[in-house]
Amino acid sequence: MCNSCEKQLETKFADGNVDLTLLEPIFAEYTGKPGSIISILQKTQEIYGYLPLSALQAIADKTGNKRAKIYGIATFYSQFRLSPVGKYVILQCHGTACHVLGAEKVGSAICDELGISPGETTTDGLFTLEDVACLGCCSLAPVIMINGETYGKLTPDSVRKILQNIAEAEKGGVVCEA
Amino acid sequence: MKLRVGFGSCGIAAGGRKVVEKLEAEMKNHGQQVELILTGCIGMCFYEPIVDVIDNNDKVYTYANVTPEKAEEIFNTHILGGKPLEQYIVSTSDKPYPILSKQVRIALKNCGIINPENLDDYLAKDGYKALAKVIKEMTPEGVIEEVKVSGLRGRGGAGFPTWFKWNAANKSKGDIKYVVCNADEGDPGAFMDRSVLEGDPHALLEGMAICGYAIGAREGHIYCRAEYPLAIKRLEIAISEAKKKNLLGDNIMGTGFSFDMHIKKGAGAFVCGEETALIASLEGERGMPRLKPPFPAQSGFWAKPTNINNVETFANVPWILFNGGKAYAAYGTEKSKGTKVFALAGKIKNGGLVEVPMGMKLREVIYDIGGGIANDKDFKAVQMGGPSGGCIPKELLDTPVDYDSITKTGAIMGSGGMIVMDEDTCMVDMARFFLDFTCKESCGKCIYCRIGTKRMLEILERITAGQGREGDIEKLQELAVSVKDGSLCGLGQTAPNPVLTTIRYFRHEYEAHIRDKKCPAKICKPLLTYTINADACKGCTLCAKKCAVQAITGKPKQLHVIDQALCTKCGNCATVCRFNAVGIE
Repeated sequence: MCNSCEKQLETKFADGNVDLTLLEPIFAEYTGKPGSIISILQKTQEIYGYLPLSALQAIADKTGNKRAKIYGIATFYSQFRLSPVGKYVILQCHGTACHVLGAEKVGSAICDELGISPGETTTDGLFTLEDVACLGCCSLAPVIMINGETYGKLTPDSVRKILQNIAEAEKGGVVCEA
Repeated sequence: MKLRVGFGSCGIAAGGRKVVEKLEAEMKNHGQQVELILTGCIGMCFYEPIVDVIDNNDKVYTYANVTPEKAEEIFNTHILGGKPLEQYIVSTSDKPYPILSKQVRIALKNCGIINPENLDDYLAKDGYKALAKVIKEMTPEGVIEEVKVSGLRGRGGAGFPTWFKWNAANKSKGDIKYVVCNADEGDPGAFMDRSVLEGDPHALLEGMAICGYAIGAREGHIYCRAEYPLAIKRLEIAISEAKKKNLLGDNIMGTGFSFDMHIKKGAGAFVCGEETALIASLEGERGMPRLKPPFPAQSGFWAKPTNINNVETFANVPWILFNGGKAYAAYGTEKSKGTKVFALAGKIKNGGLVEVPMGMKLREVIYDIGGGIANDKDFKAVQMGGPSGGCIPKELLDTPVDYDSITKTGAIMGSGGMIVMDEDTCMVDMARFFLDFTCKESCGKCIYCRIGTKRMLEILERITAGQGREGDIEKLQELAVSVKDGSLCGLGQTAPNPVLTTIRYFRHEYEAHIRDKKCPAKICKPLLTYTINADACKGCTLCAKKCAVQAITGKPKQLHVIDQALCTKCGNCATVCRFNAVGIE
């Protein structure tokens, strides 16, 4: 890593704009419980929607670990993200059944509709698209999950409609369940 | 009269919630309260949302693909009027649908039948009776013997005899031991564990408690993937209910045996399906496998003797202890006893979960139970065992499904995912798809797994991009052997299987890609050419309008032409053409 990159990363680890007091209840719950790092990271992500590097630093300090180790765990698992996400997180399944039944076309339709690639968030902060290995609803393939709700037997057109409905509802200030 | 609605992830996704809301509204409107049972998945996912009407003689009428409108009709005509709506009924308890009548349900016995959030429902189905029998009347050794008689083998993939692992953990010295359940169902294409967790969580808890008694453990940990939020919620409810009734926790049923249960949410890593990686993850570390021995039975979770089984394995245990190992061994073949759950998906008519005796032929599972290939296309292959498995071709459709016969084909039983593929599936693309998965999921510890899979993937990507070279197939085979030999855990050792089986059975497809630069299944885009058929084109201009790169030109009512230099092969023109005028070569 070059010098300036390292410095940049260093400032993120010390970012004062993240409210770290929110972590206190988590620390209280897990203090003295060995093997809790993944659980702590999961709860942290529930609070912020992602894992701010300064939170990782705080977790490292609190649990007596090197921050490289916490960073290593956070980047090992696909559940954890290091950047903020949109209000609606779309998990697109790329399991075998979905692949065979046209997940790729559904994925292109989502990207085209939202103007983002997998792993990105729309500029209005509404949608984040993530590719996942399998959601376990193979008989409904192709499948996506939006904030815990599963949508199955998708076509490029139907997935566009689902996203448009959500965006529409957001504009009107009411969110209906599609 | 009672009402039962399928309320697993699949039922909810198919619209089950709106059906339930409608039924509740109808009850209110008519001031008629009917017992409404929300169950897990019965396995007929293609029929969801499913509503069962159970009459006073316990006869079950199954309604399929229920919409809120249909639900209203069912309520008014069948519940209030007492007249079954024959036109919507697909199965009744005295004349069950063939998909159900060919099955033997042991692990799935309560799925789709009981309300998973109600302990009394489970108790009414002889729930926790096996545990009571075990802790009151049997010795730990006696329990292990019964499991040995049953012939139960691990249902997670490798098929290791369950009793052997239990026995090893039982023999290990130590005051503290652990039972761990692998509920990190990571195989793309398998969802039987989710179904058990969502549909019958107490069966898992009971199976784990029995294992705890057999090996001398007082604590159980369930490692469940975070992608299964409904499963985790139902497990939490089940644990708290069972504790309230003293079926888990301290001094169970006054016998002095204590067993507590914890849930740990996985964070998404396929490699955590491997025992030692799972243990590392349970301890909060990166999930990386380590060398065995020592085996977890000697030194596992927190370096204590630990027994790990997967969900389906544990779900079989209460039935085995209640009915006896012999009854279980009566099903299946000589070396593969009992039943196995399969997840049928892909290009199959009736996708869903089925449980059949081991030894049934693949053909029976796919055609007699699964209804054959969707849209009546030709069967090409069935993929078994996920990324560690392989593709079994048409010629081997009469292979019996048991551990050893499936292994002989080059695939593996795995956790029981069966993805059916038709003539429109490109086998080279499938090999690329699986390699892409294992390459991403490799933890990076072993060099061959980390870099070898990457190099194999690059070759496959090249072939599917139309840049395959002579010698590529041989290079893939050579690398495959190295990756298998040079990897520590099952992920790397089996990662080349999808490539090897597709080369073995579909070598001609590889050759067509490499030599003729053709994709016979018309899937690999760079190898396709889109042309407009002069006889069929009406000059409607639709394709030209829909083409994103303006590659199509032509005047209204005249033949349109695709400029091959501009065409990005997105396929939009073929999709929108109403006259089937766009040909793909």
